[in-house]
Amino acid sequence: MRISSIGRHLREGSKSLIRNGWMSFASISAVAVTLLILGSTLVLAMNAQQMSNYVSGQLEISVFLKPQVSDSEGAQTAAAVKQIHGVESVHLVTHEEGFKQLQDSLGSQYKNVLDGLPKNQTIPVKLVVKAQDPRQTVAISNKIQGMRNVETVLDGKSYVDKFYRFMDTVRNIGLVFVVALILMAMFLISNTIKIAIFNRRREIEIMKLVGATNWFIRWPFLVEGMLIGAIGAVVPFAAIWVVYRQIFSHLNGSFIALTFPLLQPGALLGKLAVIMFGIGLLIGLWGGIMSIRKFLRV
Amino acid sequence: MIEMQDVWKQYPNGTMALSGITINIKKGEFVYVVGPSGAGKSTFIKLMYREERPTKGQIFVNGFNIERLRHRKIPLLRRHIGVVFQDFKLLPKLTAYENVAFALEVIGAPQRHIRRRVPEALAWVGLEDKADVLPTQLSGGEQQRVAVARALVNNPSVIIADEPTGNLDPDTSWGIMKLFQRINDRGTTVVMATHNRDIVNTMRKRVIAIEEGRIARDEQKGLYEYED
Repeated sequence: MRISSIGRHLREGSKSLIRNGWMSFASISAVAVTLLILGSTLVLAMNAQQMSNYVSGQLEISVFLKPQVSDSEGAQTAAAVKQIHGVESVHLVTHEEGFKQLQDSLGSQYKNVLDGLPKNQTIPVKLVVKAQDPRQTVAISNKIQGMRNVETVLDGKSYVDKFYRFMDTVRNIGLVFVVALILMAMFLISNTIKIAIFNRRREIEIMKLVGATNWFIRWPFLVEGMLIGAIGAVVPFAAIWVVYRQIFSHLNGSFIALTFPLLQPGALLGKLAVIMFGIGLLIGLWGGIMSIRKFLRV
Repeated sequence: MIEMQDVWKQYPNGTMALSGITINIKKGEFVYVVGPSGAGKSTFIKLMYREERPTKGQIFVNGFNIERLRHRKIPLLRRHIGVVFQDFKLLPKLTAYENVAFALEVIGAPQRHIRRRVPEALAWVGLEDKADVLPTQLSGGEQQRVAVARALVNNPSVIIADEPTGNLDPDTSWGIMKLFQRINDRGTTVVMATHNRDIVNTMRKRVIAIEEGRIARDEQKGLYEYED
């Protein structure tokens, strides 16, 4: 393509887009809805990824020993756990310490509730185990489960796994929607371009007769498709931009942000812009190509 | 200039349009193509600018081997050929000037070239005053002149006209014919399919008559010799 022709193709493509009014509007809306769902799903998925990475890094295994196990027996178990491959540290919480922790967590108002209960029997001995690598958590907790004197093993990993599975489901449903919507958007775009080709059949005929190259004839229609894709990306991107920034500034510094830190808007929205505009352009381009191949015999 | 060797054309629906045409048109010639409707005149003409492909046989136009011509190269062939039709084929929303300029724009001609060539071509067909007028406000003869200007603006070495006077009254037709004579006088080859008996018999040129897909006659300074 000649550089001097680019301006003409852009002009002709935009003219055709405007002339096609309602069809263009329908196509742009289809792209917008598609990219809105795609974009929102991506924002969710990227944040979920970030959260689970964050949570995994803080995972500890809580091992509750049987109620009758004494502090010294607990220390023996702790030593045994320390031997397991991949264990970084084991912290022993004795009967008394456990009792005190429970008391503290109740606060001053209810402190007296526990009065009179035996400090050495109420709360079982607990081991807090930290793995060197969070991914080994499950393997380690399985080994601890089989040991003598062990009553219950709680590892946060199973919660994270559940969360992962939930997010996978969300992502897959989103993906199915997006694929279906992309197909619909491409169909609408190719129809719009088909009408554009039909509207311009006399021009196309004359262009062919006077020796315009095939690509010279095709480009305005591809431009029109890509314009539909790009305009269709602007609206949902702007919407996500505004909404995400709002959510981020509301949550940042709050209690939730400490547990589930959100991704910084700058980096996330930058990535999102590339993805959404890229996909918008591709949908438009492909819709245009489908129509050109079917209806523009050059 | 234009050479056909044993050219056959059968359409996909089975119609045999041309059955073994051999012809040689030299540079600078003026040729009428005559014959009854449906005899193959249009097909004969369309083969020259590669609107149709022959089923069999060889065609050379301006040095291009039409049969071997790659699809991508067809535009290059057409830049050497100007085509004029019975229905003018002007773009209704463009002025006379824009219609002529269109032919140069779409082959990527530079703006300064367009600004120089288009007024020249319009003046050449006698329409320098109507440059900014839309086709709907022009008479049939004027519209055909715009179409001729568009065909000429790229300086083609051959002009192919398919019934250029078919929609025009006799007086206007003569005006257009004088234009084609002037084009021919510059050394441009003219090939014209026509049903106009008066013109063929008055402005005497080489006549190629096609009947039932074959060359029935090929005479210098021939006559029309059909009843319609």
